[in-house]
Amino acid sequence: MSSADIYRELILDYYRNPRNFGKLEKFDIDSRDTNPLCGDEIEMQIRVGDGQKIEEIKFTGKGCAISQASASLLTELAKGKKLGWVREVAKEDVFKMLGDPDLGPSRVKCALLGMKVLKTGVYGYLGAHYDDPETSDPMA
Amino acid sequence: MLKTEPLDVERVRADFPILKREVHGKKLVYLDNAATTQKPQSVIDALVDYYSRYNSNVHRSVHTLGEEATAAYEASREKTAKFVGAPAKGLVFLRGTTEATNLVRFAWGEGNVKKGDVLVTTLMEHHSNIVPWQLLAKKKEATLKFVGLNEDGTLDMGQYENLLKESPKLVAVTHSSNVLGTINDVAEICSKAKRVGATTVVDGAQSVPHMPVNVESIGCDFYAFSGHKMLGPTGIGALVGKKQLLESMEPFHGGGEMIKEVFPDRSTWNDVPYKFEAGTVNIADAIGLGAAVDYLSMIGMDRVREHELRLVEYALETLAKVKGFHQYGPTDPNRKGGVVSFNLADVHPHDLATILDDEGIAIRSGHHCAQLLMRWLDVAATSRASFHVYNSYDDVDALKAGLEKAGVIFKI
Repeated sequence: MSSADIYRELILDYYRNPRNFGKLEKFDIDSRDTNPLCGDEIEMQIRVGDGQKIEEIKFTGKGCAISQASASLLTELAKGKKLGWVREVAKEDVFKMLGDPDLGPSRVKCALLGMKVLKTGVYGYLGAHYDDPETSDPMA
Repeated sequence: MLKTEPLDVERVRADFPILKREVHGKKLVYLDNAATTQKPQSVIDALVDYYSRYNSNVHRSVHTLGEEATAAYEASREKTAKFVGAPAKGLVFLRGTTEATNLVRFAWGEGNVKKGDVLVTTLMEHHSNIVPWQLLAKKKEATLKFVGLNEDGTLDMGQYENLLKESPKLVAVTHSSNVLGTINDVAEICSKAKRVGATTVVDGAQSVPHMPVNVESIGCDFYAFSGHKMLGPTGIGALVGKKQLLESMEPFHGGGEMIKEVFPDRSTWNDVPYKFEAGTVNIADAIGLGAAVDYLSMIGMDRVREHELRLVEYALETLAKVKGFHQYGPTDPNRKGGVVSFNLADVHPHDLATILDDEGIAIRSGHHCAQLLMRWLDVAATSRASFHVYNSYDDVDALKAGLEKAGVIFKI
């Protein structure tokens, strides 16, 4: 793993200038989670529009560059998609979005926190339960 | 001022086999000693020797191996107790500091804390010296109160004196902060607590490994520490308690070894400290801890302290030159253990730790099991470099270079 490879321009840019950062006045979904290892925090709010579409999505949070950039990139990807799309999103999509950095076992959870928050919120809205098989941390 | 002969770090390093390994093709620079220390060959040998030559249960085996194991286990108790200025019978071997504070919570707390009582701890504690008291307070409907900190990361003694006016039942305080490094005047804290009749618990996890400690002169009722932070194995630590107090307490765990006689309706307890060592004890690691105590005694704790003080002094001076470096806690190395907590501009500690790991440098990043302190510092996390006998000025220089590299990557 090379740290210069992980912390490329894209991640630093989204860490310092996160897109879709903030809170929504009206929202249908509000989901929050933390990563006890890093103390990363992510909260996402979603307004659901016609045709079960993600009309608006914003996030707030604090934590490492990987967790914050990953959450921000994910909100950009999710905006305008149907809620059903959230079920299809997998960790590989998140890694690809980040430029496939070699994160190593202890940092993978940072990258996947945003996805966990998104899935937990949307699954709950759809009356399902997300039991987070992918983001469970063997090192926690 | 140098009171002792300086350490020959190269000679010390040769005693620690792990320091020969490389990480990501770089020489290992191990600066995570407040989390756990590395082990000298003599400690590793003591474990191997026990398992390969005289492995046996202690105390009740009437055969040669059993007698040898008992003798080694009890010799280790004596050495470890002497190391902190306590009588051997006042030292209970446990898994570590956390088990020790929990023993006090149950074995002392159950019988001594009542509804409406006040318990006092501080904002700079490790969770293991907060959560047991929180649980005790909840169970007994008592109140847990916290001593705050001054700007410089020392305890607010004025506030402490005010809390003492509420006649607390318990005062639980750390000897040295695992984040700020602050060395507390625990003798003064305990003597003041005693005047209002409070029982005192001192968390020595970050002091016994790094400086001379004498529980007698501290005057505390209980003193807890962990073996793995003082060059010993994991899974072994100790609670030192005043004999009279230990004798008056109910047992912690019930089982073998801790009893004298068992009847269908009742049992009588074994003598202290065996009353608190139920089940087969951690014989091998207790013997390993004895070997660690021998190693530290050979160097001398005055020299260990002197060495770390110089490293902290050098680190504070050297790292301050790195752009964006911000240190937490006392700035006077004399008031600090071998710990430097910091942040680098807006780089999150976990990102920093990943970058440093790439250079073979191991530091700690996160909340350090001190979330109340993190909130007081108004940070989510910090990075922490912590030293022991095998660290050198070169390690500090390597850390500086690593921080500078992180600065370049993060465009600080």
